[in-house]
Amino acid sequence: MKRVVVALIPYLWLLGLFLVPFAIVLKISLSDVAMARPPYLPQFSWSEGISTFLSQLDFENFTFLTTDDLYWKAYLSSLQIAATSTLLTLLIGYPIAYAMARAPEQWRAILMMLVILPFWTSFLIRVYSWMGILSQEGYLNQLLLGLGVISEPLIILNTKIAVYIGIVYTYIPFMILPIYAALHRLDNSLIEAAEDLGCSRAKAFWLVTVPLSRNGIIAGCFLVFIPTLGEFVIPSLLGGSGTLMIGKVLWEEFFNNRDWPVASAVAVVLVLILIIPIVLFQQNQQKQQEAEN
Amino acid sequence: MPQTVFAPWDDPTAKPLIRFSNVTKQFGDFTAVRNLTLDIYEHEFFALLGPSGCGKTTMMRMLAGFEDPSSGQIELAGQDIVPVPPNKRAVNMMFQSYALFPHLNVWDNIAFGLRRAAMPKDALRARVEEMLKLTRLERFARRKPHQISGGQRQRVALARSLAKAPRLLLLDEPMGALDKKLRQDTQFELMDIQEKTGTTFVIVTHDQEEAMTVASRVAVMDEGELIQVATPSAIYEAPNCVYVADFIGDVNIIEGAVHPCGPTCYKLHWAESFAPLVASSEQPFATAQKAFLAIRPEKMHISAEPPAGAENTIQGRVHDIAYLGNISTYHVEVAGGRMLKAQAANTRRIENRGFTWDDQVWLSWASNAGVLLEA
Repeated sequence: MKRVVVALIPYLWLLGLFLVPFAIVLKISLSDVAMARPPYLPQFSWSEGISTFLSQLDFENFTFLTTDDLYWKAYLSSLQIAATSTLLTLLIGYPIAYAMARAPEQWRAILMMLVILPFWTSFLIRVYSWMGILSQEGYLNQLLLGLGVISEPLIILNTKIAVYIGIVYTYIPFMILPIYAALHRLDNSLIEAAEDLGCSRAKAFWLVTVPLSRNGIIAGCFLVFIPTLGEFVIPSLLGGSGTLMIGKVLWEEFFNNRDWPVASAVAVVLVLILIIPIVLFQQNQQKQQEAEN
Repeated sequence: MPQTVFAPWDDPTAKPLIRFSNVTKQFGDFTAVRNLTLDIYEHEFFALLGPSGCGKTTMMRMLAGFEDPSSGQIELAGQDIVPVPPNKRAVNMMFQSYALFPHLNVWDNIAFGLRRAAMPKDALRARVEEMLKLTRLERFARRKPHQISGGQRQRVALARSLAKAPRLLLLDEPMGALDKKLRQDTQFELMDIQEKTGTTFVIVTHDQEEAMTVASRVAVMDEGELIQVATPSAIYEAPNCVYVADFIGDVNIIEGAVHPCGPTCYKLHWAESFAPLVASSEQPFATAQKAFLAIRPEKMHISAEPPAGAENTIQGRVHDIAYLGNISTYHVEVAGGRMLKAQAANTRRIENRGFTWDDQVWLSWASNAGVLLEA
């Protein structure tokens, strides 16, 4: 009996905190906008019965998403930004993880702390401080002007570049940690064996180190890509009006237009898009576990 | 056809394949290898033997190119190899952990080195198949390393390191991870493969039995120095110091003062009120010089009756018997509580043994049975 209860806890968690809210969002996405509180119809009432209630739901909002090209452009742009920033995070995170795994034993704990340390400060505050760094009178421009590298201040804030900087900065620990875990386990004698068998240092890296950290790379990429796709705070604070991302569109539908049904439809489609990488990620994790056993 | 003895180390005209000249290797304050000079000849199966931390692994890593000597020179076939990086040396290594690439199957592991050498496809396939056959791994070619047994993994590692037909193969504790029975079979297999391929093998081991079994010559090392380099039988029968005698096999060490009794004959006074022991030695000793007599347990004869005509006899009491099946080791307490070990083959059934615990026995041996060593 006790066992059954323990086994049920994660399912109850999933049911209460994911499936039920998702069902509510799904229901709103099938409703119509209305001047009411909450601002959509129909509301379920026992007197009318379930069949009447269900007959009032329709896919109108989803059809609407296809009629205005803002939405698919926003999805596409989000995918593109998420993919690019994942790649950038990988390119910057891999060497850091590699250096950490190769660092002397006594340094590793400290380096690990340094990677995790930013989490101790609120995410929002950290993104705000990037505004102070990247703005036209910001620290970066002051520094570069002071050094004489540039004569005109660079316009970084409110461009896509600022969004990339923000995303890479925020999500890089999620890239570093799984790659570090994979590299940390890597037996150095494998590299020596590769060199012994005729590989140069660089070749040994490509033929042994990279394939053996593959699972860490995949895990890191998903951990960055998935939350980035729906990212709202970073593009709205750093990206300005020029950056189109679905998270921002969703927010505007919800708060500016007070169109909950369309906002919900946007969210449902986002979840559907995310299911593909999430399933792939799960499969990768499972394969990794099997390989280890 | 008359068998010629393989002993290039006795031939002054023979050119060594490997030559260490005054090689020293330091790690910080620690000297791993101290001013070491050594020649290893082609086709040899050379064993570096010693306790952990004696510098044997450092020697091997210097041959592979993973460590550079702090001073001195290492030559391979007359060429200085110190500046040559590991991937450019005609030397391959079999790692203690085997270091098989876990993401590649057996076939691709063996082909790894050949691919780096840009071998043509057909030749490569033929070479890999040949290696698989040599190590009896044909059936496992498509398996990943984690899908085969420890013994099979060991053979893959061997096949991979032999595939490029190196001038020199280094084996770092190759049997360390195998259980005893498998280890013995593998030792003979290894000797077989060495003979078939004609490759020069240098093996690092801390297991003296393994070194004795496989090697043409053994180098006993301690604290970064070579103590003795000789054939297994010479190391066993004629150790050059107490350390080697003690490290290799079982030995009784009797301390005393020597007095000459002939050109190669010495008397060892080892205990008051006991007759001195007679030992022959080619090496000269001064009168009253302190010396050790090293004598192997199997060269001591044990009997219930006083033996007639033996050169050396000591009376004692059986303190303990270690029964090993084919042989028994007797721990015999002699004068002053000293313990000596004697070994005898169990040619009779155990019930018929002439003596048992606490019995009076006589130990006896010939004057040339032991070795007299300097203190």
